Amino acid sequence: MEKLIELKGISKSYDGEKVIDSMNLYIRDGEFITFLGPSGCGKTTTLRIIGGFETADEGNLYFDGTEISNVPAYKRHINTVFQKYALFPHLNVYENIAFPLRLKKVGEEDIKRRVTEMLKMVALSGFENKSVSTLSGGQQQRVAIARALISHPKVLLLDEPLGALDLKLRKDMQNELKSIQQKIGITFIYVTHDQEEALSMSDTVVVIADGQIQQIGTPTDIYNEPKNAFVADFIGESNIIDGVMLEDKKVKFSAHVFDCVDGGFGKNEAVDVVIRPEDVDVVAPEAGMLTGKVTSVTFKGVHYEIIVDIKGFKWMIQSTDYVAPEATIGLYIEPDAIHIMKKSKYSGMFGDYSSFSDEIDTLSDADTAEEF
Amino acid sequence: MMKKKQSIIHSIAAAPHIFWSVLFIILPLLIVVYYAFTDGEGNFSFENILSLGEYAEIFGLSLELSVIATFVCLIIGYPLAMIIAKSKPKHQKIFLMLLMLPMWTNLLIRTYSIMAIFDDGGILNSLLGTTFHFIGTKGAVIFGMVYDFLPYMVLPIYTCVSKIDKHMWEAASDLGCSPTKVLTKVIIPLSMSGVISGVTMVLVPSISTFYISQKLGGGTFELIGDTIERQFVTGALNVGAAISLVMMILILISLSVMNKFSDSSDGGIIV
Repeated sequence: MEKLIELKGISKSYDGEKVIDSMNLYIRDGEFITFLGPSGCGKTTTLRIIGGFETADEGNLYFDGTEISNVPAYKRHINTVFQKYALFPHLNVYENIAFPLRLKKVGEEDIKRRVTEMLKMVALSGFENKSVSTLSGGQQQRVAIARALISHPKVLLLDEPLGALDLKLRKDMQNELKSIQQKIGITFIYVTHDQEEALSMSDTVVVIADGQIQQIGTPTDIYNEPKNAFVADFIGESNIIDGVMLEDKKVKFSAHVFDCVDGGFGKNEAVDVVIRPEDVDVVAPEAGMLTGKVTSVTFKGVHYEIIVDIKGFKWMIQSTDYVAPEATIGLYIEPDAIHIMKKSKYSGMFGDYSSFSDEIDTLSDADTAEEF
Repeated sequence: MMKKKQSIIHSIAAAPHIFWSVLFIILPLLIVVYYAFTDGEGNFSFENILSLGEYAEIFGLSLELSVIATFVCLIIGYPLAMIIAKSKPKHQKIFLMLLMLPMWTNLLIRTYSIMAIFDDGGILNSLLGTTFHFIGTKGAVIFGMVYDFLPYMVLPIYTCVSKIDKHMWEAASDLGCSPTKVLTKVIIPLSMSGVISGVTMVLVPSISTFYISQKLGGGTFELIGDTIERQFVTGALNVGAAISLVMMILILISLSVMNKFSDSSDGGIIV
């Protein structure tokens, strides 16, 4: 696949605060790419620069090999689905979708055929004459998608488009968006703070924090091989422990030497060790590589979420077997469950569950505050 | 039981308003209607209404001047409202205050000031040494109307435009609108209710003003407001009432016609 969009050294500041810091990125034709990161990380600003609603302070933006940094939004072959849909209240569903075609003076019959086709694709046939204000959130969303796609853009930008929908509808729309993208085969650039959404829909995930790209990769890569503590923590649950790489495939942490599968680090280099909660086996204390005391157990449906204190560091373990709080248990970890990362500025900030609270997590997830 | 109590409270709360409306709006209207359809002795008569034909020319002139003034207000007011709405919130307050500031001064004083400035021997002519004749022309009357009623055009449009989501501008541009098309295809249609309120709020006082035309018209014109005033001053209450009544009906009709053009449900219109 060829490069369709390329960002070279893009920077943007607001009131002296850097929101995007010399970002380099290319986006291939036809891929579903997601910008994933917490609120205020710069993902929406990056999207708005691509859409033409913001101008970068520095750097160049290329589309199909041509520089478009100074091309206004209305001349770009890029359309956007806005967070709050931005449907035109003075037009009905049909006229909203027909809007881009009318600007291009497309013939009435052609418009009718294409709008009808679009409405069918987003499963809203028969809604032509409805006023947009009478539609539900999900329906407005579909109209916005149809309106953005009708003039056959090469790229569709989606700015947290499912943020305002409830969970069930969100899941349905995720599948629907993915299947629309596969059907029409154009590039989708999707912005979200929801890691699950990013993993399940994307071909490529770009993890952004503090205006910088932390990692680019397929969902599997990002999950299994996080590059630093931020990515490991933001994508799924992780225990991130300080370790020392003794030699290739030997790492020492929590006062125990483990076999692992990673190499290429310096001798005795300090590293971050990531272990996913589901990769730890609970065994009898004497059979474990590590032993610790259970401090809390929460039933989560498919598994128990167990917090274990190992030498003052709180681990999270997911197990289908129940263990009693206060019990002493052993932990067994396979070599390929241990992922080694270089130290970064995020080391030590994440991955300890001593202050872990479900509530705080959901609160920050629900934060869809608009970014600048 | 509760319901009854509540409805009593409601009617007590509404009582002053109802009392006010009856005493100062409905009752005077009925008196106007009574005078319009009676002769000097209190006998029922169509004579007043039928005699209105001779005022047709004055009606025409009033309509002409007020329509021009309203149009000028719209041409100046719409961009002004847009500029205010698009500026920083801090600046918006200052702009709005500047706009309202002249309204704090009495209409009488403002009109006299305009006379003092533009009179044949006024400040402007003596300063520039010119013999610019302005007071006593139609232009002066229109100028006075625009000057006095411009804020009534700007404010409703400003309110309406500032409520338009910034994403509307972006969405329009995203879908292929050039900056001009953004305005003509999206922003102006979305601000129609403000425009209609503004037009109403300027047209109605312009068409019935008598003071501006008397002072700035230099006594050379008579507008319908002047005619009504003259009837009442000279004691011809019945004809004055008839003219007022017909004016009210005409304004009502034109407002409801305008309402047809703004089918938006968010109100903002007087009738």
